[in-house]
Amino acid sequence: MPSTPNDPTTKATLEAKGLTKVYRSGEVEVHALRGVDFALYRHEMVVLLGASGSGKSTLLNILGGLDLPTDGSVHFEGKDFSAAEDGALTRFRRDHVGFVFQFYNLIPSLTAYENVALVTEIAPNPILPEEALKLVSLEGRMNHFPAQLSGGEQQRVAIARAIAKQPDILLCDEPTGALDKQTGILVLEAIENINRELGTTTVVITHNTVVGGMADRIVHISDGLIAGIDINKSRLPAKDLDW
Amino acid sequence: MVSALNKKLIRELWRLRGQVVAIAMVIACGVATLVMALSTVEALQVTTQAYYDRYHFGDVFATVTRAPERLKQKIAEIPGVQAVQTRITRYATVDIKNFEEPVVGLVTSIPESGQPRLSQLVIRSGRWVSPGRDDEVILAEPFAEAHGLKLGDSLSVIMNGHKRSFQIVGIALCPEFIYNLAPGALMPDDKRFGVLWMGREVLAAAFDQDEAFNDVTLKLLHNVAVEPVLERLDVLLEKYGGTGAIARADQISNWFVMNEITQQLTMARILPTIFITVAIFLTNMVLARLIATERNEIGLLKAFGYSNWEIAWHYIKMMLVISAIGVGIGSLIGMLFGRMNTEMYATLFRFPLLIYRPSAEPFLIGGILSTIAALVGALSSVNSAVKLPPAEAMQPPSPPVYRHSIFTHSRFIRWLDQPTRIALRQIGRFPVRSFFTSAGIALSVGLMIMILQWDDSLNHMAQVNFYQAQRQNVVVGLVEPQATRSLHDFEQLPGVIRAEPMRMVGADFIANNITHRGGINGIRSGKENLLQPVYDDIKQEIFSVPENGLVLSMTLAKKLKLNIGDKVLVEFREGRRPKYSIPVVGIIKTYIGTPAYMNLSALNRLLKERPRFSHANLLVDRKKENELFAELKNTPRVSAVMLKQAAIDSFYDILVKHLMVFISMFTGLAFILGFGVAYNSTRISLSERGRELATLRVLGFSRGEISYVLLCEVAILILLGLPLGCLVGWGLSWSMTNAFGTELFRVPQLVEASTYGAAAVTIILSTIFSAALVRRKLDKLDLIRVLKTRE
Repeated sequence: MPSTPNDPTTKATLEAKGLTKVYRSGEVEVHALRGVDFALYRHEMVVLLGASGSGKSTLLNILGGLDLPTDGSVHFEGKDFSAAEDGALTRFRRDHVGFVFQFYNLIPSLTAYENVALVTEIAPNPILPEEALKLVSLEGRMNHFPAQLSGGEQQRVAIARAIAKQPDILLCDEPTGALDKQTGILVLEAIENINRELGTTTVVITHNTVVGGMADRIVHISDGLIAGIDINKSRLPAKDLDW
Repeated sequence: MVSALNKKLIRELWRLRGQVVAIAMVIACGVATLVMALSTVEALQVTTQAYYDRYHFGDVFATVTRAPERLKQKIAEIPGVQAVQTRITRYATVDIKNFEEPVVGLVTSIPESGQPRLSQLVIRSGRWVSPGRDDEVILAEPFAEAHGLKLGDSLSVIMNGHKRSFQIVGIALCPEFIYNLAPGALMPDDKRFGVLWMGREVLAAAFDQDEAFNDVTLKLLHNVAVEPVLERLDVLLEKYGGTGAIARADQISNWFVMNEITQQLTMARILPTIFITVAIFLTNMVLARLIATERNEIGLLKAFGYSNWEIAWHYIKMMLVISAIGVGIGSLIGMLFGRMNTEMYATLFRFPLLIYRPSAEPFLIGGILSTIAALVGALSSVNSAVKLPPAEAMQPPSPPVYRHSIFTHSRFIRWLDQPTRIALRQIGRFPVRSFFTSAGIALSVGLMIMILQWDDSLNHMAQVNFYQAQRQNVVVGLVEPQATRSLHDFEQLPGVIRAEPMRMVGADFIANNITHRGGINGIRSGKENLLQPVYDDIKQEIFSVPENGLVLSMTLAKKLKLNIGDKVLVEFREGRRPKYSIPVVGIIKTYIGTPAYMNLSALNRLLKERPRFSHANLLVDRKKENELFAELKNTPRVSAVMLKQAAIDSFYDILVKHLMVFISMFTGLAFILGFGVAYNSTRISLSERGRELATLRVLGFSRGEISYVLLCEVAILILLGLPLGCLVGWGLSWSMTNAFGTELFRVPQLVEASTYGAAAVTIILSTIFSAALVRRKLDKLDLIRVLKTRE
């Protein structure tokens, strides 16, 4: 059972306070985040909902150690990495975070198995690549190169690659954005499965409100701020989602 | 108003500036070497031709023992002869104050009345000798400079046993002595060899040549074949001790000048070809990548209605700009190198004036070649861009397809970690490009080896010539051959530990309808304790000359198509001029000249003479050298004294000076080539795989680890390129040494292990340098932007 923000006994795995992010694009300043407080609790599944340009990806990138905030703090298990050096961020990503992107980002020269092994070779406590692929039901296509896999299959390999290190947090940025509905649901099922089976704290970014149904919490982001948080009493299975 | 497409062009060039510069530099190297070589050739050719014409350099040269002056008329009657100049020339020992060693002087007569008909002098300072004065001399400028001799100074010359004092009245240059080489020397040594001009009367009296001459020079009419003239002249001169006429092409000074021109022309063919080939490959590689990343833009432009030609022209323009930058830089560097090169020749070759003023031609050739290279390089990529239908162009390209192959299934692969697998498969996926990268590296390594091996080969040549084949330290040439018993006199000279006789006799060799004019060296047989042994560089040991029969140098044997056991007709050109058919009993490898050897006693027997010798090889205690020199300077029988150490010193002095210039030039060129190839290759890899590398960073790979993924591929290609480069270097040095092999000189092909090492290290350094530059780009990799965009 995931811990929830309502339960004061559980501590947040990842906690961000007063996050702001200002991009400088030429002479224009873009305020992507304008003071966001956000906490992520162990085992929960959160869906970040927002229109494009709302700042949800920026938040995800900062939470995942891909980017640093302009101001504010991010604590992971009590340690602040809002001003961490590149090496520390790399270690944080390597040891604790799994990423899934809209465009899969598989290495074309490596097979599905090898794409996963890429991570298990450097992670401190990985599962076997074949187990990871089994979790996304791709054990039969382990030796295929990305170019030999469909979009949905490629995204599932990306998920397997993300979770093979047994990350504390799985961050998915529009994982179904490039897929049709049926394939998208297969991918969401895989994510749901990881969250349930391994208890991996999961954040999914989407602009598809329907996906919110499978989350413990739905965080609405708008114009660089958290506009509201909905808590689902019961999560919908991914296969029952429809859009 | 700059059009939008041209603005794009300028910005693209700026964005790709690293690669633009790298390619432009490679083109620049090609243009530079071409301009350097061609402009040097131009300077040498123009100057030499003008010098020869203006100062009436002859076409035919011959020496005799003593011929009556009236023979001149008969020589002038040979069909095709325009002018005849008779002279008296002799080698003589020159004694210069405060210079211990004996100096060899070539004393040459000039008419007291003024300039000779042929081989005129360029009076640099002073004046002509005065008629009626027998104590005036004109000195060759390099000789005077080497000793700091000025007008009014005096020096002594031992002429026919008499030491005579002369006053310097003029300093001059002569087209006959552009390259001043003492007899038997490898390199000019202006301190120990010089040309002196004296009035004809003075020399006639000193050398018993009244109304006679011992040297004749001819000028031929235009378009006259030289061979028949040589034959007729030989017939005329035969009974006066003619040793065989030679054409201008074989005149020693001219031979060296022409040989340098040939070498520069060879260089002008080989070097630019290497650079231009690599430039073609680099432009192709860079443009193919650029067009791949600009598929969308190309589709868009076509959708807007730009024609195929406009799009093609856009990319061609880009390559032309790069090539123009290369030609510009290359022309400047080429001029600089050309000037350095010409100035170097000005120290080696003595022209009255060697001006480096290149014409437009070398630059035009360089420009045209580079433009062609850029166009050839652009051809296939531009073609593929033009062929893209607009709708398809706007779609992302299909992902590169990797298939199972040796790179996925072999047992070896299973031992590798994933990053190494990525690198290996990238190579397997783009075999042609990978090959060209390795080949480019190989060419730069080869280039380094080619230049560095000169040092190895010349060292080896010096080692063989000065140490293995010469165990004496002084060679004394005699005015006339002496009876062997007088060798004892030389043994008695101060400091002489041992003396050994040698006889050199001029002879024609005839076999298989080929005639070779040369000579036979008569030496003692044996292996041990010889001062003048025959050293065979194939067996790398001393070859004992048999009691009978001829030992030929390989070059001579090849020229005459002779093998061991064959017979060769030898016509001696001295004494009673006997003719014999003599068997070849040995063939040896030498690097200088085309010598033939015989046992000294056998040679004397064939000449039907009592034991005589013309040269004495001396082993001298170096502490007593000066005493010996003082004695030799005053020995009338001695015509020339050759010091081995001086020869070695001047050989290395010139070698080091000239080779260093070339080695530094070429190291720079090879470095740029290696850098250009490695940088472009790595940069393109980075552009293609930015997304992949960003993914790895997100997955938790450190900067060092992703650098490994990127650089591992290049490193593998470079490692493959190194052994390939050693092969290329061997091949290049082989073709160079072959191109430069002549009867006078052959450069042994020899590449020391250290040379391979030095070449490899230089190129590895250049690739490390390029890797470091690309690595800086990796650190700036924008993870988020890369990952959020479609490929």
